[in-house]
Amino acid sequence: MIRTLVAAAVLLGAAGNAGAQQEIRLWHAMSGALGEALEALVQRFNGAQRDYRVVPEHKGSYEDTMIAALTAQGTGAGPHLVQVYEVGTAHMMAARSAVRPLWQVMAEGGEPIDAKAFLPAVASYFSDNAGKLLALPFSVSTPILFYNKDAFRKAKLDPEQPPKSWYEFPKVIEVLRDAGVECGYTTTWPSWVLIENMSTWHNQDFATRDNGLGGLDARLVFNTHLMVRHVSTLSSWARAGYFTYAGRRIEGEQRFLAGECALLTAASSSSAALRRSAGFDFGEAQLPHYDDVKGAPHHSMIGGAALWVMAMAGPKRAEYRGVAKFLAWLAKPEVQAEWHQQTGYVPVTRAAYELTRKQGFYAVRPGQEIAIRQLLLNNPTRESRGIRIGEFQKIRTIIEEELEAVWDGTKPPKLALDQAAERGNQLLRHFEAQHRIGLEPAVPGRTPRRPAKTPKK
Amino acid sequence: MEKRVAFRSAWLPYALLAPQIAITIIFFFWPAVQAVWFAFQLQDAFGLQTEFVGLQNFAALFADEHYLASFQTTAVFSVLVAFFGIAISLLLATMADRVVRGALVYKTLLIWPYAVAAAVAGVLWAFMFAPSIGIVTYVLKRMGVDWNWIINGDQAMLLVVMASVWKQISYNFLFFLAGLQSIPRSLVEAAAIDGAGPVRRFWTVVFPLLSPTTFFLLVVNIVYAFFDTFGVIDATTQGGPAQATQILVYKVYYDGVKAADLGGSSAQSVILMLIVIALTVIQFRFVERRVQY
Repeated sequence: MIRTLVAAAVLLGAAGNAGAQQEIRLWHAMSGALGEALEALVQRFNGAQRDYRVVPEHKGSYEDTMIAALTAQGTGAGPHLVQVYEVGTAHMMAARSAVRPLWQVMAEGGEPIDAKAFLPAVASYFSDNAGKLLALPFSVSTPILFYNKDAFRKAKLDPEQPPKSWYEFPKVIEVLRDAGVECGYTTTWPSWVLIENMSTWHNQDFATRDNGLGGLDARLVFNTHLMVRHVSTLSSWARAGYFTYAGRRIEGEQRFLAGECALLTAASSSSAALRRSAGFDFGEAQLPHYDDVKGAPHHSMIGGAALWVMAMAGPKRAEYRGVAKFLAWLAKPEVQAEWHQQTGYVPVTRAAYELTRKQGFYAVRPGQEIAIRQLLLNNPTRESRGIRIGEFQKIRTIIEEELEAVWDGTKPPKLALDQAAERGNQLLRHFEAQHRIGLEPAVPGRTPRRPAKTPKK
Repeated sequence: MEKRVAFRSAWLPYALLAPQIAITIIFFFWPAVQAVWFAFQLQDAFGLQTEFVGLQNFAALFADEHYLASFQTTAVFSVLVAFFGIAISLLLATMADRVVRGALVYKTLLIWPYAVAAAVAGVLWAFMFAPSIGIVTYVLKRMGVDWNWIINGDQAMLLVVMASVWKQISYNFLFFLAGLQSIPRSLVEAAAIDGAGPVRRFWTVVFPLLSPTTFFLLVVNIVYAFFDTFGVIDATTQGGPAQATQILVYKVYYDGVKAADLGGSSAQSVILMLIVIALTVIQFRFVERRVQY
């Protein structure tokens, strides 16, 4: 009690101090063009008001950023806000006492936020079962197709007619290769684009229990007939030189930028980097699909990150108020619209989308609208809201490993997908066990870290 | 003959040793004990919840065929790194020892790579050998070699071995050079007078006299390959393609640091610890017999 009073007194003193700004630490994983755009946004917020100063800090990759925040948690030097990618969402949700739900922070800070203002596919992914937002969707993207228009022209293909279905790929690539293009098609983030998104895109399950949104007991079921066929097709293309595996992350961008590959599937946010470095004219188009699958294309799935509010020890009302102010500012339509237009990330609120449309932005840059169109193509069904499973990081690695064995020609596609699902399921059961240990209370509060119980004698 | 220093004071020797012992306990024993402790626990990603699960972490590991496969990968990797690391640096040290003019320059240049961080070394090598933009790849392609370690597991192994060896050569080089310089000139000269050529002199006189150094480096290099190479691997292949370069310590690092599975990662590091202890014991019992001090 006394500690609370002292802390409150200290806080009041700090607040009363003329000119003293409350610092809000934001740890993020944006680098290059995206990092600069984020810094610019933060500077504008800092310039627009005087009470709070947001201090952004680049912490490396998404993986590194999340781990850094987790490690710093509870030391007092950790961030107030941390950018966590979609793969870490289940981890963040499961650790309820380490984070503070967004809706609560906003309500207490006098800036209530409505999940309905956000795009359904985006909001449902970052909400709890009651439909309340747990984190602010921020850098959200979805994979789209990029193609080298100059290479198309050189091959005497119509630069305004990129291939729409996977079946058109071989024909187009054949022509491109005859015109001297080395590799045809490549991708970034193979698991995300080729497996996860292709499941949603064809309205198929990646995992049971609504792709993991419905509970911890989800099982992976992505080794479907369609996926086996898809991977088999790609594997035959890999042998023929039509498809080039570039690596597990964004190495594909380099292949595309070097002019080696004329077709690239990558996150819509890659467009910022591509626009900056491409020495040629490129176009954006909808993801290819299999047109003999009923209901396809359904809608693609989001990836990317949200801003999570970390739980701080002790009463930090002023700091949380600052966090709420900053997040409310970030969610403003004009700020969102600007962020979207600069980076290629999806406008996460309907208002930002409307505003961008009214500004006539899409008339000039139609490519920027493809991502959001893909997300809005159909209302999310149970299968297509997004994937939220535990140990996603490891499961992705498993999928990449098994796919690599396919591209190498050492493993048949069906076996690889079956084994990927099986290995992933073992991890999911492990994760389920970890989080069944002590079911945490529904009301978030910080449970003190305690050593394992030693059995009483 | 053993040298002994006698202290009159009863506490002074302990006081002098105390800082070193404190450092060893805090930075070596304490984490090791903690790793053993964590190995028997199940934890969530934040370490907020823990539960004692006995041998469950170990059972899960040995039921995983991919984990078992990485033992073989580790064996291949360590043997290659230790062998080439020692052989190349021995060659370089012998050469550098013969140089008269500008010896300092050569030595400095050879010692240089040791100051480069493992991750930086990895990035450097990955960049030079990058499948599409690497300069070495470009040359290889013109020579008709299809270089693509992103898919080809053997090439990926070759790359991480090269990077790890390169990183370790300076260290080995220093020790070999010191060893070479402590060999009495008279012995080598006597052999020369008896008509032994440079090669014969090396194998019958110099190499046996270097055996303590070689043995020491063998132990150190094996430990290096087992424990210290995850930085290189993380910066280049991340264990891929299809686990071709997934060595034990990288999996420890990946599971513990990147995937936040402390229990599983600790269990693995305990196993790794046991392996290295066993290897070191074997080396001291069997290999050391052939060492002439």
